[in-house]
Amino acid sequence: MGKSRILALLAVAVLIGSACSNSSTSPSAAPVSTGNTPVVTPAASATPAASAAADVNSYPRAQTLYTTGKQWGAPSTWNPLDPNAAMGVVGLQYETLFLYDPLKDVYTPWLAAAAGTWDDAKTTYTVKVRTGVKWSDGSDFTADDVAFTINLGLTMKSLGSSLPQAGLTSATASDKTTVVVKFSASPAYQEWAQWLYNSPIVPKAIWSKETDATILKNTNWNGVGTGPYTTKAHADDRMVWQKNPNWWAKAALNLEVKPQYIVDLVNGANSVALGQLLQGGIDLSNNFLPGVASVVSGGYGVTTYFPSTPYMLAGNTAVLVPNTTKKPLDDAAFRKALATAINVDDIVNKVYGQIVAKSDPTGLLPYFSKYIDANQVKALGVTFDTAKAKAMLAAAGYKVGKDGFVTNKDGSALKLKLEVPDGWSDWMAAENSIAASAKAAGINIDPQHPDYNTVVADRNRKDDGSAPAFDLIINNDVQVGNTPWTWYDYVFRLPLPNGAAENRNFEGYKNDVAWALVQKLDKTPVDDLATMKTIASQLQKIQLTDEPIIPLWYNGIWSQVNNSVWTNWPSDKGNQVLPATWNGYWQMGAVLMLTQITAVPPAK
Amino acid sequence: MRRYFLRKLLTYLVTFFIAATIDWLIPRMMPGNPIASLVTRSCTGCSPEFAQAMVTHYQNLFGLDKSLPEQFIGFWVSLVQGDLGLSIYGNGRPVASMIMGAAPYTLAVLVPAILLSWIIGNTAGAIAARRRWLDNTVLPVGYVLTATPYMWLGLVVAFVLSFQLRWFPMSLGYSQNLEPSLTIDFFLDLVSHWIMPFMSLFLVMFGGWAIGMRNMIIYELESDYSRYLEALGAPQGLIRNYAFRNAMLPQITGLALQLGVIVAGSLVTEIVFQYPGVGQLVFNAIKSEDYFLLQGIFLFIIIGVLAANFIVDIVYVIVDPRTRVAMRGGTA
Repeated sequence: MGKSRILALLAVAVLIGSACSNSSTSPSAAPVSTGNTPVVTPAASATPAASAAADVNSYPRAQTLYTTGKQWGAPSTWNPLDPNAAMGVVGLQYETLFLYDPLKDVYTPWLAAAAGTWDDAKTTYTVKVRTGVKWSDGSDFTADDVAFTINLGLTMKSLGSSLPQAGLTSATASDKTTVVVKFSASPAYQEWAQWLYNSPIVPKAIWSKETDATILKNTNWNGVGTGPYTTKAHADDRMVWQKNPNWWAKAALNLEVKPQYIVDLVNGANSVALGQLLQGGIDLSNNFLPGVASVVSGGYGVTTYFPSTPYMLAGNTAVLVPNTTKKPLDDAAFRKALATAINVDDIVNKVYGQIVAKSDPTGLLPYFSKYIDANQVKALGVTFDTAKAKAMLAAAGYKVGKDGFVTNKDGSALKLKLEVPDGWSDWMAAENSIAASAKAAGINIDPQHPDYNTVVADRNRKDDGSAPAFDLIINNDVQVGNTPWTWYDYVFRLPLPNGAAENRNFEGYKNDVAWALVQKLDKTPVDDLATMKTIASQLQKIQLTDEPIIPLWYNGIWSQVNNSVWTNWPSDKGNQVLPATWNGYWQMGAVLMLTQITAVPPAK
Repeated sequence: MRRYFLRKLLTYLVTFFIAATIDWLIPRMMPGNPIASLVTRSCTGCSPEFAQAMVTHYQNLFGLDKSLPEQFIGFWVSLVQGDLGLSIYGNGRPVASMIMGAAPYTLAVLVPAILLSWIIGNTAGAIAARRRWLDNTVLPVGYVLTATPYMWLGLVVAFVLSFQLRWFPMSLGYSQNLEPSLTIDFFLDLVSHWIMPFMSLFLVMFGGWAIGMRNMIIYELESDYSRYLEALGAPQGLIRNYAFRNAMLPQITGLALQLGVIVAGSLVTEIVFQYPGVGQLVFNAIKSEDYFLLQGIFLFIIIGVLAANFIVDIVYVIVDPRTRVAMRGGTA
């Protein structure tokens, strides 16, 4: 007995030793819901001593922002050039030349001093950068750093930059504050605009030491950035940021981020995130939480961007992707009938409880509504109508078999497999709804949910370009951004990308006319709205006629906030900025959220 | 004696080679491509060019661009050098350091839970075999505890002690507002996070040991040698002593096997309590098809089981005189 007690104590001592050695502990990510896990916040239980507040090893609640939602695994790299970098590396630590606000369609100079200008030939772009910006090691940020970062796209093949394809030929710093970027004859203006707000600027003094072989292997803990936060600590289940007291925007823009610390927790089960949010252990949750509508009205102090339906801003479009290389999905008439058969309203209302909205037939996010040719959509867009879907199938020559479902044209039985990843509970419910409404119109859909890796494997074309295994999948890979080009590139990309890297044109739809239009759109200056609209309208015509993919609903920028410690969160009625910690969102204005929120004085 | 152990050792080496080979092979038979999943997950919205660059980077980093036989030989070459490879889930971090980081949490929960439940469970079971009132209380409780699905028990423990009573924190290895440090506060915080995973495991294991021991003792007390001793008029204490020693043998084997698969035993516990141990690593490794992390962890389990078996062989020689006699060529 005595011996085992000593053993137990020893074990605990070993445990502390390991935690203190700052070697990683372990991750906690469990995207699968474990049911109704009741939860209390660890924070509530572990702030016993007021004396601990002065200790640098603990973060005072009133000065700390707790977030979750971005990180699916242990933070393991802080390299801003690696898309796997921990929450906040790009945006909080490393910054971009501009911020882009999709809500207002405005580019705000950030590390740039003002909007850039093109020369008359529209091939040379000149931009001034701010003076008075310091790297976190105290050195000056200059135009040289910016030119160096842009040139990484030319010099470092391992970074797979799309800038060479966008026409970039060189970037030079003509003086300490001016960057001159030269392009070949027809630059891809849309992609360049995307680069300007999406790509972090890195310090030349540090990153010029990297080679093509090492640049992605550098995990860059404690890196040097210009942003409002610097790295503080990390474990396998969390990432901690500390305020940078010398952030340039304080003097330049009179902006100050309010939280002294930001602790981002690796995602656990949804139920854990919900419990912690309700109890104030988490201030900002960017997880998808089922039933959040009732949470908002439940008096927990939890709010969302909109006070009522749809609650969330739209973040991306969930689409039904048919494998257009297989019969009968290669037939546009069949695809249109399928699209007509799906009752998206049912998904919006029953699966999501109205926290999402139905997609426009074009699939373009609401921010891009100015590019939608409304009359054309009215004429060509599909609307849910079971009887009409049946008629369309019959008109296209699909006969109903003995079991009541339509058959292939050769008379063989037709059963389409629809796959979504296991554990994605909302999508699993949605696929059941899709299958039910398709069956009502006579299309036999078999909803399946294999594990995530299988869905990806079924979805991708093989390395040799041979056809992928899936019939139907749901996908939402294109996030909100500055240009509808991204969406059309996703739909129409040619030549078809293959293998593990495939992330465009999953449906395998080949249309050279559409692809030429997409490239033309890419090469249209971002301020040439008229041309953009014309091309977008032509693309919509092709899309609505051929229905290569079937837009379903707008997945939200899931964001629920607790107002007990921090308040004045982004909302439709107040500060209109995107309330998300996900990749790419900080530089779409979310960083301003940190300057707007205010600490709630502790209750007496 | 030496020949006996040498023969055993050889058997263990062959077993290890086969087990490690299977360990290497099985994760690679999972459907899907880990790199495609990793890039899909982390590179949402990346340009196709960049996604291709990431695929190349990862294939290169993990050596997955090589042929399977080359990978197999590489596995053994690195293993002999003590290198377990890089983790896919950990984005290229060494597998060994990830396991080392997580193992203390798992060991801190499981070692005390297994040892204490073994000692207390066996003691309680042995006593229960002779005291009717204990038999009527400990045994039913033991049955219920053992039969309870652990997941559910964990959730109940968490709901009552954490959500309702708020005695202990519900998840994580230490509080989210703390950084590891050598302070009393941090120590207490660690302990408070440790108690629920430990206690729930202890309860479940306790029931199993108690039932096993109680049944073994009753069986031994009714065996021929006990009856013979009784007929000879031997004192009850002596008979019980013999019975206890005989009943202990299977329990020792059970304990050794438990200690061998220790790492795997904590999987559900760590998921229920979001405790940052090796079980969590296994879970995440499977989800990310992390061949290297999975094979690294299972290698530990293989070594654990083999070592535990080896120790049992030795302990048996010490504890059970019949084994010694048999080894010298006699019969018991």
